[in-house]
This record gives sequence, C-alpha cells and structure tokens, in this order.
Amino acid sequence: MRAGHDPARRTSAWVAQHLPWKVRMSDDTPVLSPLDEAGVAAVVVAAVAAVEAASTLDELKSARLAHTGERSPLALANRGIGALAPADKGTAGKLLGAARGRVQQALAARQEVLEAERDARVLVEEAVDMTLPAVRHPLGARHPLETLSERIADMFVAMGWEIAEGPELEAEWFNFDALNFGVDHPARQMQDTFFVDPPDAGLVLRTHTSPVQARTLLERDLPVYIACPGKVFRTDALDATHTPVFHQVEGLAVDKGLTMANLKGVLDHFARTIFGPEARTRLRPAFFPFTEPSAEMDLWFPQKKGGPGWIEWGGCGRVNPNVLRACGVDPEVYSGFAFGMGIERTLMLRNGIADMHDMVEGDIRFSTQFQAVI
Amino acid sequence: MPRVPLSWLGDHVELPAGLTAERLAEDLVRVGLEEEAIHPAAVSGPLVVGEVVERTPEPQKNGKTINWCRVDVGPAHNEEGGAPRGIVCGAHNFDVGDRVVVALPGAVLPGPFPIASRKTYGHVSDGMICSARELGLGEDHAGIIVLATLGIDAPVGTDARELLGLGEEVLEINVTPDRGYCFSMRGVAREYAHSTGAAFTDPALPVPTDTPEPGFVVEIDDQAPIHGVPGVDRFVARVVRGVRAADPSPTWMQRRLQQAGMRAINLAVDATNYVMLDLGQPLHAYDLERVAEPLVVRRARAGETLRTLDDTVRTLDPEDLLVTDSPDGAGSRIIGLAGVMGGGDSEVGPTTSDVLVEAARWDPVTVARTARRHKLPTEAAKRYERGVDPQLARVAVDRVVALLVEHGGGTPDDTVTDIDRTTPPAPITLAADLPSRLVGVPYTVDEVRETLTAIGCEVTGTDPLTVLPPTWRPDLTVGVDLVEEVARLRGYDAIPSILPPAPAGRGLSDEQRARRAVADRLACFGLVEVLSYPFVGADQLDVLGLDADDERRRAIRLANPIAESQPLLRTDLLVTLLDTARRNVARGASDVAVFELGLVTLPSADAPAAPRLPGGVLPSDEQLEALDAGVPPQPRHVAGVLAGLREPAGWWGPGRRADHTDALEAALLVAGTLGVELVVENAVRAPWHPGRCARLSTVDGTVVGHAGELHPNVVAALDLPARAVAFELNLDELLAAASGGPVQASALSTFPLAKEDVALVVASDVPAAAVLAAVRAGAEGSEVGDVVEQVSLFDVYSGGQLEAGTRSLAFSLRLRAGDRTLTAAETAAVRDSVVAEANRRFGATLRA
Repeated sequence: MRAGHDPARRTSAWVAQHLPWKVRMSDDTPVLSPLDEAGVAAVVVAAVAAVEAASTLDELKSARLAHTGERSPLALANRGIGALAPADKGTAGKLLGAARGRVQQALAARQEVLEAERDARVLVEEAVDMTLPAVRHPLGARHPLETLSERIADMFVAMGWEIAEGPELEAEWFNFDALNFGVDHPARQMQDTFFVDPPDAGLVLRTHTSPVQARTLLERDLPVYIACPGKVFRTDALDATHTPVFHQVEGLAVDKGLTMANLKGVLDHFARTIFGPEARTRLRPAFFPFTEPSAEMDLWFPQKKGGPGWIEWGGCGRVNPNVLRACGVDPEVYSGFAFGMGIERTLMLRNGIADMHDMVEGDIRFSTQFQAVI
Repeated sequence: MPRVPLSWLGDHVELPAGLTAERLAEDLVRVGLEEEAIHPAAVSGPLVVGEVVERTPEPQKNGKTINWCRVDVGPAHNEEGGAPRGIVCGAHNFDVGDRVVVALPGAVLPGPFPIASRKTYGHVSDGMICSARELGLGEDHAGIIVLATLGIDAPVGTDARELLGLGEEVLEINVTPDRGYCFSMRGVAREYAHSTGAAFTDPALPVPTDTPEPGFVVEIDDQAPIHGVPGVDRFVARVVRGVRAADPSPTWMQRRLQQAGMRAINLAVDATNYVMLDLGQPLHAYDLERVAEPLVVRRARAGETLRTLDDTVRTLDPEDLLVTDSPDGAGSRIIGLAGVMGGGDSEVGPTTSDVLVEAARWDPVTVARTARRHKLPTEAAKRYERGVDPQLARVAVDRVVALLVEHGGGTPDDTVTDIDRTTPPAPITLAADLPSRLVGVPYTVDEVRETLTAIGCEVTGTDPLTVLPPTWRPDLTVGVDLVEEVARLRGYDAIPSILPPAPAGRGLSDEQRARRAVADRLACFGLVEVLSYPFVGADQLDVLGLDADDERRRAIRLANPIAESQPLLRTDLLVTLLDTARRNVARGASDVAVFELGLVTLPSADAPAAPRLPGGVLPSDEQLEALDAGVPPQPRHVAGVLAGLREPAGWWGPGRRADHTDALEAALLVAGTLGVELVVENAVRAPWHPGRCARLSTVDGTVVGHAGELHPNVVAALDLPARAVAFELNLDELLAAASGGPVQASALSTFPLAKEDVALVVASDVPAAAVLAAVRAGAEGSEVGDVVEQVSLFDVYSGGQLEAGTRSLAFSLRLRAGDRTLTAAETAAVRDSVVAEANRRFGATLRA
C-alpha cells in the first residue's frame, strides 16, 4: 500500500480544505490577530495536523512552507505585532513564539520519522541477489609441492633446525665422491644420472639433495642440524609414478653422541606432523653408500587406500665416516644421521593424487585445487 | 635381481611347511632383502600324471596323422563313471602304457595358454598331453614328455605341477650393492636363517684343502691393473673328458633354471649357470678342442675386437680384461671379456665331448667398467662387480664337474689348475660398546659377539673385539659396517625413538622468507604457480626469436637427455613457462596466468671443468675453489605469463584483457616485496614486442629483468591468446639489491593535507617516468622543505589544442608538513618548483 493512499495520512491540501476559516495566501492582509488566542491555537492545531499528515519528505517540505513560511498565518500574525499597543506586544510575542515553537517541534519530529522511513526504504530498494557469482578477480594459487615443502621446512625450523640449499647442476664430487659413491661402485650406476656433455665437465644434475649435506658440513660450524628441500633429477621417463624431475627433502644432523634412536625420533616426529598423530615409521635394513648403518623407512599410513598399512617413504641412516672425512669432520668426535624422502610421494599419499602427470605438467587446474592451506 | 624358488632355497635352509613366497618376502625384508616381485606359478589349474591306455593313429586330409588317445588320469579326474579321458595328440613319441603329463580343462600353461575342452579332428579333446616347451621347461618340443625318460615314476593322477615344480610362486628380491653374496641361493638361505633362526647348511662346504697337480696351463699377464689391483686373483680350471656336454640337462635343473628366470641350453651351460645361481660363483665352460693352451689373462690392446656370445662385434678398450688362448703364440686369440661375457668361438657345441670348466675371481672395478663400457650387465658381471667369495672358485668348479659327470657321463682329469693369489680378509678392531653408542640400543658384549659370529665372523678378545669377517663379506671393512650387522640382526625394531635436542636455530633465512613472500604475493595477484622441467631444445629458443648470438643460447647440454629434442638446460624461465602456458591453452584454458620460481643455468663460455677428486678425503682449499668454479652459476629467477582475460567477464559486464601493465605491475610487485626500487625503461628484447618491452634495473644500473607484451610472432607460434604478456626477473640480483636491513618508518603527520594538481606539456617522446622523476625532484627541492607525501601521474592527454608532437601529463601532489599547516603560498611554491624543474629538464610548460 502506498503512503499517499492511506486515509490516516492526509495531505496539507486536505487540511486546508477543511479548516474552519479561509487562508488567503495571495493576500497580505492578516486574517489572524496576534492576540487571538483561540485563533492562534487553531492555526497551531492545523499546522501540527498538516505536519503529522505529511507522508513524504516533500510533503513535509510543503507543510513547512505553508505553516512556517513567510506567508503562513503565524508569520503573518507575527508581523502584526508591530502594530499592537506596547502593552500587548509582550503578550502577543509570547503567544506566537510558543505557537511557532510547537509547530517547529512537530516539524522536527516528523522530519526525523520520515527520514528514518526513507533510509529504511532505500536499504530495501537497494537489495541485490547476493547469490550472483562474485569472481571479479582471477584466482591465483601456490603449487602444493611448494606449500608442502614450506610446511616441512617449518616443522624443522620449529625444532631449531635450519634450511640449507645448493645448486641443482652439481659437481660430480659433491653428488657422488664426497658421499662415498666410488667411481666404480655399483651404487653410482644405480642412480640413473643425467650427465653433462662433455663428460670432462665433471657435472651432473644432482640425483639427490645429499650434496647439500657435504656443502653444509664444509661451510657451517658444528653442530649442524639442517633440512634441505629441493629439486633432484633421475633419467626416468614421466609416467604415473615417475618423473625425471622431482623433489626431495633431506635432513642431516651432525653432533656429538647422536644415535640411530635420535634418527628414529626425528622420523616419527616428521611422520606425525605431516600425516597425523597415528603415523609412525619403521626401519628396514638397506644400503646407501653415504650411510652406515642404512635403513629404508616405511610409514604407517592410517589413510592408505584399502586400509591402514606400511608404505615406503624414504631412506636414512647414520652418516658414513667417509662422508664426514671428505667434509673435514672428525668421525671419531662427531657422528650424525641423515634421511631423505620424496616430496611428490608424500604429497600423493597425503592429498590423494593418483597420477604424477597432474603434478608436473603445470596444468593450472591442478594448483588451483589447493586454495586452502594444506 | 635374483629369483628365489622356495623348493631350491629349502635345499640349504630348513623351511617351515606351507611357507609362501609372501611370507618369505616378509622374513627376508627384515634383514634387508626387499621384495622386487612375486612371480606367479608357471602353471595353474589341474596338471596331472596320466597313463595312455589307447592310442589310435588317424590320418587327416591335410596329410598329418593325429593320435586319438584315451588317457587314464586317475579317479579324481577321469570322466564320470571312471572312463579315461579322450585327448587328441599330434606327437608320436609315446605309446600305450607311457605315463605322460596331462593339462586338464581349466589349467593355464605359460603364455598364458588356457586349456579347455574343444572339438578338433572330429573328437572332443578333453585336455592336452604336454611337451616340455609347452610347460616352459625347455626348448624341447619334438614330442611330449614321457615321464619314464626323465626317470620319473609317479602314480596316475599325481599333481604334476608339484612333481615338476611348476606350481610354485617365485620370489624375486632386490639385493643392495653391498650384499653380492645374496645373488645366490647360498646367500639368501643364510639370510633367511639370520631372520628366522632356521637351520642353515652352507652348500659351499667343505672347501677342498687338497692341492692337486696343475692341469690346463693358465698364465696371468695383467700389465695394467686398475687402482693397482690385479685383474684376477683366483683362477681355477679343470677338464672333463668324454662328456655329453650338448645333451639337455636334467629336468629338475631345467626347471630350477626356468624358475630363476634363465633359459636352459645344454648340460654344460646349464650346469655352470645352475652352480652360479646356487653358490654365487660365475663359471664358464669351454669346448676343450677349440681352446689352444695356454689360456692367457691380459688387458686388451687398442683396436682389438671380439665377437661376443650375443653375436655383437665389440671394439675393446685397453682397460678391458680378456681371457685369451694361444693358437698363434701366447694370448693371440681372444675368447672372452673377463667376468662379463664369453666369445662365440670356444663355446660348447653339438660335437663337444671334452669340456674345460673355468671359475675365476675378477677384480670388481675391472668388471664393472667393462660391463658398463659395453653395456653388458650380465649375470656374471652383476656378481663380480659386487664381489665374489674368493673361496668359491674351486668348490664351484668341482660342483660343475660333478654335475657333468653325473648327467653327461664324463671323466674328470685329476689335475686342477688353481692359481690362488687371494688375500684373507683383514681383521677389524671393534670397541665392544660401539654398536650401543651408535645405534642407541644397549647391546651386551655377548650379544655383539654372538651376532657377528652368526654372520660368519671369527670374533676374539673382549674389548676391543677383534673381528675377522667371512670371505663372502668383502663389504665388512670397518667398525661401522659391523655395527650395522649387529643392528640389522638384532632388529631395527629394537631401536627406540628419541627426538634429539637441537641447538636454537635462526629460523628461515631472509632470502628464504623473501622467496616465500614473492610467491605468495604473486598468487594473491592472481597468478597460478607451476613447475616446469628445465629441459629445452634449440627450436624452443628459435620460437622465442632469440638472435643467433643471444647469450641465452649458451646452455649446458646433457649427455643423456630424456628427449633428444630437449638436451639443453634452460637459461631463462620463460622458455619453459611459455610452454606450460601453451599446454594450458591447448587443453582449453582461455585465460592463463602462471608463474614459476626456479633456477636457470648460465654457463660461462670458458668455464673450467669441475675437478675429479677422490671421496673420503677433505679436498684442499684450492680444490674446493676449483669445484666451485666448475659449477656454473644458477641464479633463481621468477617469471610470469598472463594471456587472455586478466579480469573475467561476467554478469557485471565485460572482462579486461591482460596487457603490458599487468606484466609490469607483477614485476614491480616482486621488487616491492623485496624493498627494491626499479627503474623502468623502454627496451628491445626477445621474446617481447619491440615497442612494448620494459627493461627493469636497480638504481645502480644492474639490469634485473624485463616485462611487457610478447612479440606477436611468439604469441602466434605458441597459439596463445592475442597480446599475451610476460615478465622475468633475476630474483638473486633483486635480493642482492635489497638493503637487508629492517624497513625504517617515517613519522606520520596529522596536519591537514594539501592537494595540488599540475598538468605539464612535454614532447611526446619524453618518457613519463622521466617527467615523474622531474616532478618529484622539483617538489622535493622546493624552498618549502620536506612536505611531499606522494606524487603520482593520473592522466595522459594529447590532441585537441595541444601542439602536435606534445602531450600533457597530469600529476597530483599530496603535500603535508610535519610541523604546521601548509599555506596557500607554500603549496603554490611547491607547484612552481615542479614546473620549473620539469621545464629545466624537458622544456615542459604548464598546461593552459
């Protein structure tokens, strides 16, 4: 229902029509005596009625003009005060002042009500369909391998470890010899290494992040507790579970009195941090040239497809004394442990990624799935 | 990797009844032998012994004659009512009363070849009488197997799978390089005993202690040992005469060879392979008639060639160690690559009756290099390069000789050539508490001693212990090797989990934090992080429009790339990132915004090689410097590509296409994140549009990257949306330019802001950035003092009443003093100073 059709809200025109006297707007002659108490009261009643009948701010504006404007009865009456006897002037002044005050009061009150109504109406009118899509800006995303690497780094940093890095194209000495892979050792052949042409350059794409171990021991003061996440390279063709370029995170601790039990402690902590409180690790005897004793590490993975179980997660062991010697560390005084695991594998397990292709091909649909903090 | 048939393993170690391959794998993995695969049984389903009760030859129209047979396969398998089964058989080497092997419907033979009842030659053939080849037992398919000829006597209805070992799963294990002895049933049985405590009998015992007269003359003439290690330190040779060497080997041997993944060939070859698989000692059998005494072991001479058994002529390397014989003088004819592969000329053939059996112990390094050089990772080479027990050669030769005599009827010579220059293992001194200290489990001295004794060591003394490793463990040379043995056999499960307290760390480095911030900012900016392979081809650089002498073409080349078409390592990120963008577009993405952080490799033209240095020794400072110098610089770059719409279209209206400002904004965002101010100038550089490329430099003039719209040819060649844009920055250079110190804050004035707009008319070819710099300098240099809060360019206008060749640049100045309200006169003074400076530098005038 529109306000204008509400019989309870009457226009000033209606009020004027029904007043007991005639207001002659075109005539300067005052029709109301400044001393006519009853007349003034009637005018006030009429004015207040008109004000209260105003249903819009425009109508209120008209009512204000009609009842407080220069040609309004009260204004005209006020003008007549000057012609009164001095004794009457005070009485008339009071009478008209009070009358005008009441009208102004009514105007102010009505003004407030109408403005509030208008404001409320505007808000209703401005309502929009909030279910319309709100995608004005393109969605960016981090690659989950990177965010997972950062998460892993944060865990090590929280333990007081630091994050070390090194080159991806590496001297063979750092990738192999320093790590106790002799030139003719079968293990050196098992690494599926990318070699640089010509072979005399003595360079390979690092096959593991372990050269960073050697670089760290050469550069830093002991004790050393570092983790090194990074890219590594093997000559595997890309398929669902292999990629020639992948990521590892390696940990190395060299200090006095470290044991395999300390290695196990770090691995269990790592597993719980990344895979939840039920996760734990298991060691199996293995061989790596740069560790002795060496172990393969299995992860108890509660979310494994087909039921909880052990899955291979990485390799580890105590740093081989030959590695320490190559890096100028006395193996009689210091000992250490090292471990490494694939970040792709970790991500695949943790985030249910079935195919390596999705992770490495740079399809934006892959990364944009990982908007949430993972 | 070695395959372990359970029935064979059971010859050397007690196996529990009902042991499965899966269970065996679990037992072995505990001691470090990992499962590689479990190979299913060769034959599944019913395969039984049958007796031929009727055989009716039936000539066919095609000239063949088939036999319609009735075969009694026992009450469990005969037809209902007990009648023998009707089977059609094409072979003729059998008769009524012979016992044969019958595959019944439902059986699956190797192939896989499923057996079913089928109509053929007018009969329903209800099974198949099998030949050796059909069962995967050898190459013999001249006729079906008649069990009596194999010396097998089994009742009708017997399960022939079990009888012939065809129903057995076979475990394949992965042997790590330090456990060469596990390339044998002997070694695996020993490890099984370690894992389970089962009783183990060493099949290599007893080691003969007699010293027979030498026989066939063998000379060792190694003039070029590698690393000073002689190429051979044991050589045993013995002759067997009058042996049916080319006959098939016995079925049980063929069956075991087949289970182990080897082909049966003839008695002599099979016997050497069998003993190798059983004991771990590779052997060779020569036709004595084709070998001219003496055998000479020597290195190859440059240019010599050999046709190996695989019928390949190989050019030999002077490092290759050879077995030669002497038809025209000592060592004149090459008959084999020592420890790797024999030559074709001296092998056992159909006419062979006298056999020379050889077993040697070749130097692992020599064999490894030769096997690698000639790409021949043979069974022999795999064992030699991991180390072969020096005590085995004589044992193994005797074992082969015995097999030849037993199954080929020969007579061995009494003489045995045995050149033995092996050295016994060196004793290791082991502090009794070392295992406890390193592993963190309190092993007692007795436990340590027991464990080491169990693996074959002789342990004497109490503390330190003196440990003499067994001959089959060349990997045990120092204390930690023994520690691993103790930990391994006492169980890794016993190791507790104790987090070590690390000293307080410093957190991520500034650079690491900065890199994270850059990546996060770019993602927030709407770019998707991707990772691309660093491998590129020269054609990709051509697509980018790089000049022939562009420094980005100087790239590291891989000797063995994944794809021959992409042998180079990237020298910038865009080359691979653009390919990633292309792939996304090809997959249907219409709008692509991607970025990557990664290393590029920038070899210098005259980089020295990285020196080859030994392991286990700290290099000198000079050597370490040389190593560093040999590794090319690999700065970390960040690059981005935006193609298609930067802001999407939608119900709100049209979208906005990415343009050069987006690339520039992203680049400046990166620099801003690191607190580095960049100077932007127009530049020409591939792969960008020559008129829409910005060179980005630090204030000291170091160029750190470029940004802008890509060249239309590049966009077209990569099928990207029109007017795609890109940026690339050297993040390491940016980090170097960053101050590194904490950001220093300015005090915030709360006095009123004064705004002043200035429109300046300058020649159109004056870069906006230069005018902006002049405006800033003018404002900051005014007599009013330090009142400039912000200067920005907000409008560019040309045409209209402006003179041709000029344009108007409008700047807004936000001015505020720290100590007072600026007066109108002061504001005007700043404006005047701006105009004066712009006029001084570029002849700018205030726009009317």
